[in-house]
Amino acid sequence: MIPASWFLILSAVLFLIGVLGFFLKRNIIALLLSVEIMLNAVNLTFVVFSNQHRQISGQIFVFFVLVVAAAEAAVGLALVIAMFRNRESLNVDRSNLLKW
Amino acid sequence: MLWLIPILPLLGAALNGVFGKRLSKTLITSIAVGSVALSFLVAVREFLTMLSLPESQLPILTDYFTWIQAGRFQAQFGFMLDHLSGLMILIVTGVGFLIHVYSAGYMAREEGFYRYFAYLNLFVFFMLTLVLADNYLLMFVGWEGVGLCSYLLIGFWFTRKSAADAGKKAFIVNRVGDFGFILAIMLIYWTFERIDFQGVFSRLGEASDFAVEPLGSVGVLTAIGLLLFLGAAGKSAQFPLYVWLPDAMEGPTPVSALIHAATMVTAGVYMVARSAAIYNHAPGALLVVAVVGAFTAIFAASIGLVQTDIKRVLAYSTVSQLGYMFLACGAGAYAAAMFHLMTHAFFKALLFLAAGSVIHGMGGIQDIRKMGGLRRVMPWTHKTFLVGTLAIAGIPPLAGFFSKDAALWAAWNDANYGKLLWLVGVIAASFTSFYMFRLLILTFYGSPCYTEQDVHHVHESPNSILIPLIVLAACSIVAGFAGVPPVLGGDNHIQQFLTPAAHEAKSESLGTTAVELTLMAISTGAALAGAGLAYLFYVVRPALPERLSVQAHSMYSIMLNKYYVDEIYDSVVVWPVVRMSGEFLWKFVDAFMIDGAVNGIGRLVRGSGAGLRHMQSGYVRTYAGWILLGGVLVIAWFLK
Repeated sequence: MIPASWFLILSAVLFLIGVLGFFLKRNIIALLLSVEIMLNAVNLTFVVFSNQHRQISGQIFVFFVLVVAAAEAAVGLALVIAMFRNRESLNVDRSNLLKW
Repeated sequence: MLWLIPILPLLGAALNGVFGKRLSKTLITSIAVGSVALSFLVAVREFLTMLSLPESQLPILTDYFTWIQAGRFQAQFGFMLDHLSGLMILIVTGVGFLIHVYSAGYMAREEGFYRYFAYLNLFVFFMLTLVLADNYLLMFVGWEGVGLCSYLLIGFWFTRKSAADAGKKAFIVNRVGDFGFILAIMLIYWTFERIDFQGVFSRLGEASDFAVEPLGSVGVLTAIGLLLFLGAAGKSAQFPLYVWLPDAMEGPTPVSALIHAATMVTAGVYMVARSAAIYNHAPGALLVVAVVGAFTAIFAASIGLVQTDIKRVLAYSTVSQLGYMFLACGAGAYAAAMFHLMTHAFFKALLFLAAGSVIHGMGGIQDIRKMGGLRRVMPWTHKTFLVGTLAIAGIPPLAGFFSKDAALWAAWNDANYGKLLWLVGVIAASFTSFYMFRLLILTFYGSPCYTEQDVHHVHESPNSILIPLIVLAACSIVAGFAGVPPVLGGDNHIQQFLTPAAHEAKSESLGTTAVELTLMAISTGAALAGAGLAYLFYVVRPALPERLSVQAHSMYSIMLNKYYVDEIYDSVVVWPVVRMSGEFLWKFVDAFMIDGAVNGIGRLVRGSGAGLRHMQSGYVRTYAGWILLGGVLVIAWFLK
């Protein structure tokens, strides 16, 4: 039996990778991927605790997160296409008109 | 049926006020005049019904509904008809009707014809509420209502600044009196735990049971009496609150006749007479009423001696005559006061309406020095004005003689300084006679002092103006016979008529017959002397007044400037209030503190916004950074 802490450490590492990816990348698709990594890191945590506590609700939560993530990916990719058509670029730093 | 009397004019006011703009002048006139006429007929019917009832069933009380109920406090909306209020409703609707008829002719060419009649009807409604009310609070509603209508009608020509100012002055000066009235009502409730006349008066005997601690039972009644009198002094233009009445002459002349001579200004006298039971228990308050009345009578009469505006002379005369009424009240002769109120309503309304007819004919000129010789052009106005002059001057057997004599006789019999008050009254009577004959002579006799260039086509007024004059002149001649005193062979009807309602303080037969006749002769002599002096000054030796005004210049200019009372009020009251408002309340409190606080908050929000808006950089990853920071802080908070 692998101890739960290992999974939690893995989850934290995954989350950190997602965060760093979000902050360091400029390509918007990479940003979306980073978000997915963060979500899945959280999912992993849910599953671990669900298993540890013998409670099924944690795993049900994971399904919700997956559904939301799928929806988010659909909307996000649509926005990416729209953005590319407008600017011929996927660099998020060039889409900065909505500000003070 | 009692409710019909005030409701009819209210209906007229509502119709004319709401739809008047689209109605023809004929229709407006018929609504306004008709409603008051119907009201008068109902009033006569109710009055006769009341007379047929035996004494024990009076007063007729009609409760319509509970108006205010709060804890143990209760105020009914109810009317009370007894001899006192019966006399008043007849005066108000009767004289009111005549003045409505007159107005139809006088105001025919005015803008806002419907507005005028709506106000006038509304005034009649409130005045009837005032006199019919069966408790102090409802009386106060009528009291405020007539004040409002007075304000609206003084400022009827509101585009003229002097008229708007006069309206404001009347309203503000009346506030001082009304404040006293409100305090009196509160004190009455505090003392007697009720405010209806019957309830209060029936518990007067037990006043010591309710004595408000620091005052004692006589003290509290005196305080109530004085506070009520403060209200009366405001509404009835007594010293020192009379200053608004002469300025109120800025309103249309029929308004001056109805509101500022015949009815509204007598509300104070009515209120004091109504509260006679309280005053009889408070001799101190009565003395104040008598002294203020006598002083006002002579003070206002002396100002009237030198004024040159026809309406202003009459205004000071009204103030002076109201002084007589309060003198009589103060001497405990409420019936005499009401008698003088009634005759004064006739002859003063007559004089004002005749003056209005003169002004109408002269095309708006009011300065008596520019008139003269109008007797030939305006024969009917002249005749009626002559009747009014004789009546107010107290020449027997016209109305003013009997009523003024009743007031003076009451003063003579008053225990406190009665003889002195009588003397003041007699001197004021000679003043009255002088200024009235001066007015008469300068206006109607001699040669015209105007030229055809100044005044085009001086003419006699139309019938709708003359008929009310003639009716009022007839009343001024005969009204006095309602109160012929016993020494002259009468039986003083009005005295007996009013006594049960007015709670007479003293029996009238204190002096002997010979004394009473002598006093009558003296007061008539004083009136004749005043008239003779006017004849000497303005007919026989026309240069004399000029010389006198030069020789006694300081006295003359003090009187011409109305004893500088307006100037004193300006510097003592008005100026400090204006300065205080301008310098402190406006510039410091309002502009600095309140505006400063509001603008300061605005500046603070704008400044912090200017700084914080740089967080909205437009870069997605900056926002993500803020989210991260927030998340870290929240977690740090929970892990703490």
